[in-house]
Amino acid sequence: MSNTTNAGDGLETALRRGGEKPERALREQASAAARRLAARIAGEGLADVSYAWLDSPFGPLLAASTRHGLVRLAFPEEDADAVLAALARRLSPRIVEAGVALEPARRELEEYFEGRRRSFELALDWALIGAFARRVLGVTYRIPYGGVLNYAQVAAGAGSPRASRAAGNALGANPLPIVIPCHRVLRAGGALGGYAGGPERKRWLLELEGALQGRPGR
Amino acid sequence: MSEALPPFQRFLDAHRDVVWRFLVSAVGPAEADDCFQETFIAALRAYPRLRGARERHNLRAWVLTIAHRKSLDAHRARARRALPVEDPVQLERGAAPAREPLDGELWSAVGELPARQRSAVVLRYVADLPHRDIAAAIGCSEEAARRSLHEGLTKLRGTVRA
Repeated sequence: MSNTTNAGDGLETALRRGGEKPERALREQASAAARRLAARIAGEGLADVSYAWLDSPFGPLLAASTRHGLVRLAFPEEDADAVLAALARRLSPRIVEAGVALEPARRELEEYFEGRRRSFELALDWALIGAFARRVLGVTYRIPYGGVLNYAQVAAGAGSPRASRAAGNALGANPLPIVIPCHRVLRAGGALGGYAGGPERKRWLLELEGALQGRPGR
Repeated sequence: MSEALPPFQRFLDAHRDVVWRFLVSAVGPAEADDCFQETFIAALRAYPRLRGARERHNLRAWVLTIAHRKSLDAHRARARRALPVEDPVQLERGAAPAREPLDGELWSAVGELPARQRSAVVLRYVADLPHRDIAAAIGCSEEAARRSLHEGLTKLRGTVRA
């Protein structure tokens, strides 16, 4: 009796071990199979959202795109899990990591950061941007490289000249920073104003674009 | 409003090891990859429509249910391919795959179990599912699941020296 029980325990323990702590080789096979799967999902267009990390002078940016185009760009400090969970909630949970879908964004951002690109041509998906914000960010999107506007001008351009505070909020919630250049919107008088990615980055981007020359510092 | 589904990539990362382990045990390493791809592609297609509270609550049981079905499909396909073989012994063992040795005596013995016993054993010990979820995954009563598990373990004790 005790013999059988012991044998049973040994067997059950051995089986459990296989589940709890699969050998490294097995985990590597599973990981490789998962990568093949993600590539296939991206290749066959089965995902609603694809994401990848893109190198930048600010650190890795989390970039997500849909069939329509780039939908979200997140600075390194943003919690990636929270960003992806929000995309799952607002767009679709069919989200996979697939670098190939983000290739246009990767290339254009790289060129931009190297000073070789002055405007973005990649397709954008405005799905995360509400009606008012769409007007505000639409105006912002058309501010040329090297140029700046102030909040009141952007609000006026969006058809709501008295709504500069609301325009500021829409700019602060820009889901596609850098590409929709909210860093080109300053306070009246030329002070930098806020930036979701931090004021140093705003200054850095404006200096890259040569927009701060001849302007008072600060 | 029910709990939101995690992004599919998180779901894949969280369950890929257990699904792979199950499939390597169930169909052998040569066919595990095909079954793995089909399991998660099927999961992806159904994913946004996943409404049942139970499925949402236990995504691992849900994906293993799919993996179990895919493993049965693979065995059926293999059995069809095996039909022209004349050796009656091989024909008899049509459901048992001709495959490379698995990682160790124990797992190859698991692979030799009849489908339902094999799934019951792997789902119980590898996936750590309760009997209720094993029954749901292989589509039988809870009692039948317990019985399959018991029979599978008995058979393994006979084959594997503990």
